[in-house]
Amino acid sequence: MSKPSFFRRRKSCPFAGPNAQIIDYKDTKLLSRFVSERGKIVPSRITAVSAKKQRELSLAIKRARYLALMPYVDSK
Amino acid sequence: MPYYESVFIARQDVSTAQVEGLTETFTTVITEAGGSIPSCENWGLRTMAYKIKKNRKGHYVFLNIDAPAPALHEMERQMRINEDVLRYLTVRVNKLEEGPSVVMRNKDRDERPRRDRAPRRDFNDGVTSEVSDTKPTVHEFSEPIPNGGVLPVGDDA
Repeated sequence: MSKPSFFRRRKSCPFAGPNAQIIDYKDTKLLSRFVSERGKIVPSRITAVSAKKQRELSLAIKRARYLALMPYVDSK
Repeated sequence: MPYYESVFIARQDVSTAQVEGLTETFTTVITEAGGSIPSCENWGLRTMAYKIKKNRKGHYVFLNIDAPAPALHEMERQMRINEDVLRYLTVRVNKLEEGPSVVMRNKDRDERPRRDRAPRRDFNDGVTSEVSDTKPTVHEFSEPIPNGGVLPVGDDA
């Protein structure tokens, strides 16, 4: 490695694997981990969620928001 | 027949009995159209993340539905008409969830007393150490002086 200080270990998708959690719009506790303090969806390049699962996740978050289980904007 | 999950939110000033009446009417709509409702959950009165039609809270009801599409259309039509229903969401699923949903599973966990609400033990600790030693401190003794009346020099901070 020419730039050893910039090397970062590639994390794997938290929804991959046999006993991964199922993305569900009712599971606000799980979904809140992928949302910023403001309530915005955190990009997958930070959370390391795979593209397929990120699409699933964003749909679940949007459904939870519609049902007022999660906020659209969290003003803290 | 396809499977659906449906959640609707009833107004906050509606009574629990009325909420059960509402679910009753919607389930009869489904069953009359040839469908069935394998399970139904009442999530109770929950605080919503934001206000809907000036309601801070709402009665959430969750239905697992196995019914043809026209039955769903009729149920949604009636939900739109009903003024006690603030919002509804029907989602088609490949497989119906068995057992209680995540909300019900988390519920008894959430109702336990919160640890961060408990009185803090260390509330008065470390207060005395914050006296600055840049200028000589003036000590006021309203209670008996503990160390025999010897005034402490201002370096105890």
